[in-house]
Amino acid sequence: MKKIATGNKAVAEAVKQVRPDVIAAYPITPQTEIVEQIAEFVSGGELKSRYIPVESEHSAMAACIGASITGARTFTATSSHGLLYMHEMTNWAAGARLPVVMANVNRSLGPGWNIWAEHTDALQERDTGWLQVYVSTVQEAYDATLMAFRIAEHNDVLLPVMINLDGFLLSHIMQPLDTIDPGDFIPPMSLPHAIDTKNPAGYGGLTGPDQQFRVRWDIERSMRDAVKVIEKTQEEFAKRFGRKYGFTEDYLCGDAEVIIVAMGTLGKEAEVAVDMLRQEGVKAGSMRLRWLRPFPKLNLKGKQVVVIDRDYSFGRGGILATEITAQTKEQVASIIAGIGGQEVTYEDIADFVRHRCMGTEFWFGVDKYV
Amino acid sequence: MRIRSPPLQELDTIAEIPKEEYVLKCTSACAGCSDSLALRYVLKAAGPDTVLVVPACCTSVIQGIWPNTAFNVPVYNIAFGAAAACASGMSNAFRAAGKKTNVIVYAGDGGTLDIGIQAMSGAFERGTDFLYICYDNEAYGNTGMQRSGATPLGARTTTTPAGKTDAKKDIDAIIAAHDPPYQATAAAAYPQDLFKKVQKALTFRGPTFIHVLAPCPPGWRYSTEKTVEMGKLAVKSGMWVLYEREYGRLTIGAQSKAAMKKPIPLEDYLAPQGRFKGIDAKTVDIIKQRIARNLARLAAEEAAP
Amino acid sequence: MFEIRIHSRGGQGGVTAARLLALAAIYDGKYATAAPFYGAERRGAPIVSFVRIDDKPIRIYSQIRKPDMVVVLDASVMDVVDVLQGLKAGGKVFVNSQQKKTFSGYVSSNVDLTGIALKENLVVSGSPILNTPVIGALAKMGIVSVESAKKAIREMFTDERNVKAAEAAFREMSA
Ligand SMILES: Cc1ncc(C[n+]2csc(CCOP(=O)(O)OP(=O)(O)O)c2C)c(N)n1
Ligand code: SF4
Ligand SMILES: [Mg+2]
Repeated sequence: MKKIATGNKAVAEAVKQVRPDVIAAYPITPQTEIVEQIAEFVSGGELKSRYIPVESEHSAMAACIGASITGARTFTATSSHGLLYMHEMTNWAAGARLPVVMANVNRSLGPGWNIWAEHTDALQERDTGWLQVYVSTVQEAYDATLMAFRIAEHNDVLLPVMINLDGFLLSHIMQPLDTIDPGDFIPPMSLPHAIDTKNPAGYGGLTGPDQQFRVRWDIERSMRDAVKVIEKTQEEFAKRFGRKYGFTEDYLCGDAEVIIVAMGTLGKEAEVAVDMLRQEGVKAGSMRLRWLRPFPKLNLKGKQVVVIDRDYSFGRGGILATEITAQTKEQVASIIAGIGGQEVTYEDIADFVRHRCMGTEFWFGVDKYV
Repeated sequence: MRIRSPPLQELDTIAEIPKEEYVLKCTSACAGCSDSLALRYVLKAAGPDTVLVVPACCTSVIQGIWPNTAFNVPVYNIAFGAAAACASGMSNAFRAAGKKTNVIVYAGDGGTLDIGIQAMSGAFERGTDFLYICYDNEAYGNTGMQRSGATPLGARTTTTPAGKTDAKKDIDAIIAAHDPPYQATAAAAYPQDLFKKVQKALTFRGPTFIHVLAPCPPGWRYSTEKTVEMGKLAVKSGMWVLYEREYGRLTIGAQSKAAMKKPIPLEDYLAPQGRFKGIDAKTVDIIKQRIARNLARLAAEEAAP
Repeated sequence: MFEIRIHSRGGQGGVTAARLLALAAIYDGKYATAAPFYGAERRGAPIVSFVRIDDKPIRIYSQIRKPDMVVVLDASVMDVVDVLQGLKAGGKVFVNSQQKKTFSGYVSSNVDLTGIALKENLVVSGSPILNTPVIGALAKMGIVSVESAKKAIREMFTDERNVKAAEAAFREMSA
């Protein structure tokens, strides 16, 4: 059905389609609309989930964990400090192999209080064992949320999935949305290690040095297996519903000499910059990274790479740039832009390419072009 | 050991409230906001040698946009669930340095009853020398009015669109269980009473608590000029009770004593508020029963030898 | 691409107006986005919303710097904000006002939306609703079709007075 919706509403609509058994969530700007919309769906009887209005995000994730281990489908949503406050429990959810699905509306971290877009919140969860996808349109937020349940609950994966959407830029923009009935695209959830009183087992008790590494390796093995599951899920989604998604979204990359790599809305706006640059005779392309975990093999051979990070790891650099330099020998120009909602336009992105200084780092708004 | 301080001189008229303003006119509060109104009197009572510790809440917004500030005392902003713990550290550091600086947490109901309750309980149990003020607008104002543990039964919020089905958490009873030297309730609608209670609280060594009812026009959905009236109606209907508990000894305030004798109908309080629109008779009845129970409990406590 | 910047004060419906306009444009078979710019301010502060309309999917998320049109829902905003900033030469300016306002170098027009809202008794908690009548005026200017404008209003509001107010603005707008 064709409608118009915000990124937040699109997530809530997808959740309504998938009908989790238990939803536990806590409001935080700019995610609040997701929680409010779900509360309204539940209150109006449109969504037959149990909604737990917990007293903190730590409890939101803990409640999802408690529900999920009984075999229930679970969902939560958060942002920024909410995600940070969950951190102990996000590790727990992944370590316990629970397919919790969460939308995270990317926002900057305090102090000071800043409610605008930045990716550092989710990137601080990078090593927890969560799968992470970053979306760039309202439609993609909807589609990715649907697919997240199927991927997380797949028995080759059984890891939680986080859908990331840029605060305000995507969470609050109105764009066209085509909703679908996923039907059996999302099969019922079946958790092999669900709690069963007829078959009592211990969960997460003392684990010795001779076992712990096996448990951790198992997470990594599933993370590697997840690559196939994601591919298959995205392929089948395209077949059934006609919308195609990959690990990256590539725009005019084939013959490009310089490729912009970015995530979220910046990655989409980069396409407009590419069009401008092409008119000037610069052979540019854009590769919008969608999946950060598992991290895909990027095809950047022989290209100059301009990486835009809306995040930072102090004392090291842009997190995406660091990930990419670890994978490829190609020259990278690392741009730090959009921190705390800093305004970055397609003209600015085109400038990053025009003035690219390979092998260096450039803080937009701080450094000057040479 | 807790040391009792000398009693303060009574301040009866508003003229004796200091003229110094610590909440300047440039706040970004909504019209009719009692969060900022109450804070104005809190800071007048506390004076300049005061640090406010503020978790995420409307107060984080109304102080303005950094590097500007609308408050004339240092304000330390801290994460939503961490105010009391942060204040513990600050108070201990000041005392270690031999300073008497007042450390006042100014937190919303969400930052107190919900996410911040663990840190607060810890700080009270450890006897932290600070004043904790919870201004209670009965929902999450900062994020646009979602339910909190302080939202009353039957009230509509954006996460309880059909009215809240759980009752308001009795945070004052929880605080009382920590047996602090001083605790009180107050209302932004009675600024002199609030002023006196803050001054008094600051004379005690150890953790003290004041719970301030802070009506909120956009959240409660009444027109802005009715803010003071709304607080008075809450007290007159018995929905909010003004009292102090000093070393465990309860004294009910005169305004609430009057309300106990001759309360106004609860409906007079509920009707002007959009958040109670469409509340059913059964829920109103339950609220009335709870009020009666609460008043009887407090009266019995006060009368006990 | 046609880019519109809407100026209003928090709580006046500027964000909803942007959404209605985008929805109407989509009903016209176009692509459209509506993006409010959220500052840290509270109710009553001047705010802007952005509408983009195009024949192709829209890939821009940053603010509109050079609008084709500026819509002012509250004329008092003009005292504190330069509403013409970046407006393309020959661009359109629409102001909710009884008095004709002219801006040299631009195509200016006005309708008393507040008066229309009051006449239709379209008032919510003391404030006249401007977001539905303004869509009528914009339809007259050809930004969206009348049919789509009405359809969008009916999609977002059940109260028919909203459609009536839009029709009144359409009539009063001297095209
Ligand atoms: C860990 C965390 N979760 C959520 C938030 C978002 N948040 C900020 S203030 C607030 C509500 C505050 O409510 P309350 O304490 O009652 O204060 P009020 O806003 O009503 O003044 C919320 C949910 C946050 N800042 N940090
Ligand atoms: S929402 Fe309520 S408490 Fe918050 S600033 Fe506005 S009036 Fe004050
Ligand atoms: Mg509150």
